[in-house]
Amino acid sequence: MARIIVVTSGKGGVGKTTTSAAFASGLALRNFRTVVIDFDVGLRNLDLVMGCERRVVYDLINVIQGEARLQQALIRDRQLEQLYILPTSQTRDKEALTAEGVAAIMEELQKDFDYIVCDSPAGIETGALRALYHADEAIVVTNPEVSSVRDSDRIIGILQARSKRAETGDSPVKEHLLLTRYAPRRVQSGEMLSVEDVQELLRTPLLGVIPESETILQASNQGIPAIHMKGTDVAQAYEDAIARFLGEDRPLRFTQPEKQSLFKRLFGG
Amino acid sequence: MSFLDYFLGTRKKSAEVAKDRLRLILAHERSAGTQDFLPQMQEELLAVIAKYLPVERDRISVNLERRGDFEVLELNVLFPEKQASPPKP
Repeated sequence: MARIIVVTSGKGGVGKTTTSAAFASGLALRNFRTVVIDFDVGLRNLDLVMGCERRVVYDLINVIQGEARLQQALIRDRQLEQLYILPTSQTRDKEALTAEGVAAIMEELQKDFDYIVCDSPAGIETGALRALYHADEAIVVTNPEVSSVRDSDRIIGILQARSKRAETGDSPVKEHLLLTRYAPRRVQSGEMLSVEDVQELLRTPLLGVIPESETILQASNQGIPAIHMKGTDVAQAYEDAIARFLGEDRPLRFTQPEKQSLFKRLFGG
Repeated sequence: MSFLDYFLGTRKKSAEVAKDRLRLILAHERSAGTQDFLPQMQEELLAVIAKYLPVERDRISVNLERRGDFEVLELNVLFPEKQASPPKP
């Protein structure tokens, strides 16, 4: 029976798709059979971030509407044998994402996979609700910034009230906080909320901190999930997050600024 | 914070301001989520009270507040002044 993970945030542009791609790839790297599903109907992007945009033939909506079989819509990852991508439709509207259709797909995928990663769209409407409904665990992607923190709090409330686990009275969805675009130097100078601040505000266990980095853009430019950017802080931070997700104990990295010159320390910079 | 800022005296750091603002708004919004029924209840209470007492629509307020481990439901009804003041001797 697969574990279903939703990657969500409420707010757009905080790194949900980047995280979904990195996380799914990281799980597959550890030999788990993993599928990552794009729930952002009409604004599909996971295919680009995963680098499989030219291999999309059928999508999630085709499967829901019976125009294709699930096996036809699943795209095998270029690098990892254990990883599959289920893209969404670029042309249909989100109402096509029916509750029954999604439930049927989840049920079928659960037979074949260890992890199902659901990349949620921004907002709190149909697409986002469908993405989180079946979740066993939730990765709440948050930037250290007021609107992102507020939206994360809202989506945590929705997870606790409107997920299947909440509706059926099952044990609650296990929530994880993933802080992205973190800039230790700005935290140190008091212009950015710290990890501790955000954790205290959201009261959600911390899964990891992904530093603000040029690597993310380089990775998405090439359609390579960030975890494959060997040796970079971002790849290592994602690996740490996956290790913690799987129960390993890893100290936090990349949350302290690198050493600054004396000149900068004296005069600010 | 730089050395010079220290001597020039600085305002409250913006991250601190952000945290304070978030703390307030999140507390407010978390309690708001559980209060969906309040407007409806306020209407119904008003209807019952108005049946027996002359009260104005805006003279009644219903509040749900969290205090530590308790939730306190507070009902406030203000009667018109003429009736509320004690009769003069």
